[in-house]
Amino acid sequence: MIDFGYSLTPSSTIEIDDADLSLFDELCALEPDAIKCMSCGSCAASCTAGVFTDVNLRKVLLCLQRGQQEDVLPQLKSCMLCGKCYIVCPRGINTRHLILSICKIYNI
Amino acid sequence: MIFQGKQKIWSDYQKEIPDDHWFYVRSCIRQGFFPGSEVAFLDICRNKLEKDFFETEHHTTCGGIAYHAEALPQETMMTIIARQFALMGEHGYKNYVCSCITSFGLYTEVLEDWRTFPDLEAKIREHLWKSCRRELTKPEYLAHASDIIYKFRNEIAARAKHRLVNKFTGEPLRVVEHIGCHYSKMFPSKGVGGAEYPYVLAGMIDSWAGEVIDYPERRHCCGFGFRQYLVKANRGYSMSNTYKKFESMEPYKPDMIITNCPGCPYFMDRWQYVIAEQTGKTYGENGYGIPVFTYEEVAGLVLGYDPWDLGLQLHQVAVEPLLDKMGIKYNKKDKYKGKGGKLLQMPEFPMNIKCC
Repeated sequence: MIDFGYSLTPSSTIEIDDADLSLFDELCALEPDAIKCMSCGSCAASCTAGVFTDVNLRKVLLCLQRGQQEDVLPQLKSCMLCGKCYIVCPRGINTRHLILSICKIYNI
Repeated sequence: MIFQGKQKIWSDYQKEIPDDHWFYVRSCIRQGFFPGSEVAFLDICRNKLEKDFFETEHHTTCGGIAYHAEALPQETMMTIIARQFALMGEHGYKNYVCSCITSFGLYTEVLEDWRTFPDLEAKIREHLWKSCRRELTKPEYLAHASDIIYKFRNEIAARAKHRLVNKFTGEPLRVVEHIGCHYSKMFPSKGVGGAEYPYVLAGMIDSWAGEVIDYPERRHCCGFGFRQYLVKANRGYSMSNTYKKFESMEPYKPDMIITNCPGCPYFMDRWQYVIAEQTGKTYGENGYGIPVFTYEEVAGLVLGYDPWDLGLQLHQVAVEPLLDKMGIKYNKKDKYKGKGGKLLQMPEFPMNIKCC
């Protein structure tokens, strides 16, 4: 292989058709609120654990919807279940219950 | 939707293209990248179609590369362009046609700026007079050279010696058409079919019996991008765009790509080599890649020009498999011979992409 001094940037295209969304469908059946999230980021902004770790519920839900769970599920181990995100969520999603359901279905 | 309704909508996307009497300006980079294209264009227009196309050795660059690289201020670029227009007026022409898509985008931008800001136009007239003692004449009509070939596509088809048909199967060749971004994405009304339905190259393919391929990233930029390729460290962005397009078109098995921009054919051609050397991945049949052509080269092949007179030996991706499919005869020994029959230097062969 020749080193040209530059290289390909991996494509950020997400192939939803190829993604395995069976676990997300299972989650939605148990927690219909999972598709109510509008990714406003209030949960991440108010998260106490997020200041010290990389936990970000907005990102977790977005990635689950796209079938990219491998990258984000370990984040939820940092959640303290304090419930601040539940208080600030403008969609009224029971985030604490949602996180517990994600842990159960995705076997974290 | 009723047929008449479609016709009415489509008529809004058409572009009026005068028949004759054009002032032609060449492209800086096309003369280096694809030197046979402009010669073939002028020969087709003057000798095959018998039209009046005038060019002068006094015209210069439009300043586009330096302007887009932020090395040249806008007023300087406008004064350069005003000088080009002045040359057109001095030779008695009103229709201005350029070979380069970057220039075409810049000319439309400048004319629109002058229409919107007459004070700016007056200032540029003054600059032009002070620097060159010339009077600005604005063109009555501005076209890109691909518009001309599009206009005469059926006349070219009537004189065709070869068509875009696979002689082994009898099926139309599967052709990807790629429009330069500065053709109609900036000023949609200035391009045939606008930004939504650009038809300038698809019309040629239809007339010359090929099959246009529609694929997901059809309107994606080739990745040329002045700021991307000028700096070596940024060239990965340029190549990634091309890679995205090739990944998208690959399942549709195109036989060839036709473009109307200086940068698109160059980068879509050369990046296939770099992608092959970096990743081992090749596109097209049997590891030869997908050949990329300018519209003049394709028009020349259709009209029966010798492939080596069109400069096809300067392509990175081998064109011979496509020439075989079209039934075009060529002499392999003449590929690297200059005009006087003297053998030019042979290029080094790449490792991963096959060449003939």
